[in-house]
Amino acid sequence: MIPTAPRRLVALLAGAVALTAADAASAYTVYVSNERGNSITVIDSTTLEAKQTVKIGRRPRGITMSPDGKVLFLCASDDHAVLAIDPTTLKVMRKLKSGADPELFALHPSGNPLYIANEDDNQVTVLDVEQNKVVAQVPVGTEPEGMAVSPDGATLVATSETTSMAHFIDTKTNKIFANVLVDARPRFAEFSKDGKRLWVSAEVGGTVSVIDPETRKIIHKVTFQIPGVSKEAIQPVGVRLTKDGKTAFVALGPANRVAVVNAETFEVQKYLLVGQRVWQLAFTPDEKLLFTTNGNSNDVSVIDVQDLKVVKSIKVGGAPWGVVVSPQ
Amino acid sequence: MSLAWRLEWPRLRRPRLLLTAACAVLLSAAGGVGTLLAQQPAGGAAPTAEAAPAAAPVELRLGLLTREVPPPPLYDLLAVPADDAVAGAELAIKDNNTTGQFTGQSFALEPVTLAEDEDAGEAARKLADGGIKLLVVNLPAADLLKVDDAVKGKGVTLFNIGATDDALRAEQCRADVFHVAPSRAMLTDALMQFLAMKRWTKLFLIVGPNPGDQLYADALRKSAKKFGLKIVADKPWTFGPLGRDRSDSITRSDALVFSRGVDADVLVVADEANDFGNYIPFRTFEPRLVVGTQGLTAGTWHPAQDAWGSAQLQNRFLRATGRPMRATDYQAWLAVRMVGEAGTRAKTADPVALAKFMRSPDFSLAAFKGVPVSVRPWDQQVRQPLLIAQPLGIVSVAPEEGFLHQKTPLDTLGVDERESKCRLN
Repeated sequence: MIPTAPRRLVALLAGAVALTAADAASAYTVYVSNERGNSITVIDSTTLEAKQTVKIGRRPRGITMSPDGKVLFLCASDDHAVLAIDPTTLKVMRKLKSGADPELFALHPSGNPLYIANEDDNQVTVLDVEQNKVVAQVPVGTEPEGMAVSPDGATLVATSETTSMAHFIDTKTNKIFANVLVDARPRFAEFSKDGKRLWVSAEVGGTVSVIDPETRKIIHKVTFQIPGVSKEAIQPVGVRLTKDGKTAFVALGPANRVAVVNAETFEVQKYLLVGQRVWQLAFTPDEKLLFTTNGNSNDVSVIDVQDLKVVKSIKVGGAPWGVVVSPQ
Repeated sequence: MSLAWRLEWPRLRRPRLLLTAACAVLLSAAGGVGTLLAQQPAGGAAPTAEAAPAAAPVELRLGLLTREVPPPPLYDLLAVPADDAVAGAELAIKDNNTTGQFTGQSFALEPVTLAEDEDAGEAARKLADGGIKLLVVNLPAADLLKVDDAVKGKGVTLFNIGATDDALRAEQCRADVFHVAPSRAMLTDALMQFLAMKRWTKLFLIVGPNPGDQLYADALRKSAKKFGLKIVADKPWTFGPLGRDRSDSITRSDALVFSRGVDADVLVVADEANDFGNYIPFRTFEPRLVVGTQGLTAGTWHPAQDAWGSAQLQNRFLRATGRPMRATDYQAWLAVRMVGEAGTRAKTADPVALAKFMRSPDFSLAAFKGVPVSVRPWDQQVRQPLLIAQPLGIVSVAPEEGFLHQKTPLDTLGVDERESKCRLN
């Protein structure tokens, strides 16, 4: 069913390039994985309309793209595979070895390898995506999820939810060299573009730890207070930093809000009301828009980054989980 | 508990077991724990818990006391599995050890299953003399107190996972006992909150003959008052264990007319032994919902629970044991995880320091309930959300939205500090 020959992949990729080049410069494509819908929804960033929803994989969660925008990677958790998908045809090009129950992953800045969190097996799978070969499996804490690679590609960070640690892994040796204890249930890790800060959200702890990756010390813990929302409902998951490192956006789960944080003073500037149980976030490459996945209201909210306003909500498939925007 | 999930799981089991086996092989190929520990750089300053020391891990042994389940009748649908509680504790030991490889701590469990007539105090003393300072107890209230008396002065901390008695959190409360099991007051408050939220305010209470049923009914009456519900009828159940005893006629006319003519929204049953509660639904005269110890129930865990990542815990348990996780398993898991979490956060394996930390306001842990669980300082009850469930599905989670509290909504469940007869803080 699923073609595995590399030759076929090359042919498909060539097609994708031709198509993308023809598009207008600022028209991006947004891909949303729908965990319960077993599907991907495709959104046009100019019209802000859902173009189509395609059935693909079982329990799709983590979603990312190759730096050149030619391959869409999807964690199909219940298929125990990572799917390499053609972003234009939305056909599965290859089924990659992921280890059991892949939840979330991070791609090396060079586009290879892919680092996959195997939530049920307490390990990180390092996958050579070109050869579809498992290079290493790194044992980490219980229920790994958050994955981030430093911009220089030297360090991989995996967060484990029940162990509550950020594990620092050397990407040359694929060995852990440090562990930083954060608050309960860390779900997501995000490096600043200069690599000098690492933000780790703690869903049950209700905080975001800002870590200096050099010393591996927590330099600040961002906390949140929203009038009329109980402390327990504030559950940070997805974090995105602007390229200039000045602003962070933090998805607060069942608080149904995205916090806008000054990334230099760590003060929360604003809470933006979005859909229900907001988990993951993605900027357009020009950072004009931010898309949020709202798992309980089955929609995506669109935030105008300049005005800090929610400009639209778009119906997607069942329980949207992850989101990625094409680089072109 | 019900039939359907029991029939479901074997289908899931085989492929998952194979997968686990495959991954275990890969894991050992990757070097395993030993190599990992060796790679930890030594030292690192305190505030961020920088990598663990390379020294041999400190071992922490936990005891678990439980009692043999009496032999089941010919066929018991709801039979308690022989490894009830133990299986949950073992899973938490595994979880703790995964984290322990990074913190230089290792955890081990010494489960002791008492014979039907064996003395719990004697067994506890033996464990304490053998060096066990943290003891998980899955026994009724009288045995728990016996155990506590037996280990007095030996520096042992107990984790009560089996006794829901409110007295243990009130006049009989002890400073060296943490209550991981919910109190009856918490269970009935959770249900009554749900009924109040639904505005089903007229209750018909049916109370079984066992001492536990009376205590559960007492708690129900208090909870009903607390949340403004009205008990319109309060009758003892006098028809014997019909829910189990099928040799009797399947429908009994006097049991059938028992509920006739009472204008109630719901029937509330107090039947902790599971003797008749399951007999009542659909056999009433008028169409009536059933809540309490059967029908719609409150509890710490349920096989249908899958929110907040708990699908992962459910799967881990199912793969390890081949059966769904029960509330007692969950409570055992939580007790052992409390110790593990305290060890990680307080960076100590000293049992006295661990118990002290668990009492402090700094202690909380993620327990697949969406919000952190923590310890009430005045009676050392673990405050936690409770699941409101029907046999095959989660219906709601208590505390219900809108029930407010000046400290945490979780303290709307059970006896609050001001009303408590226990003052451990």
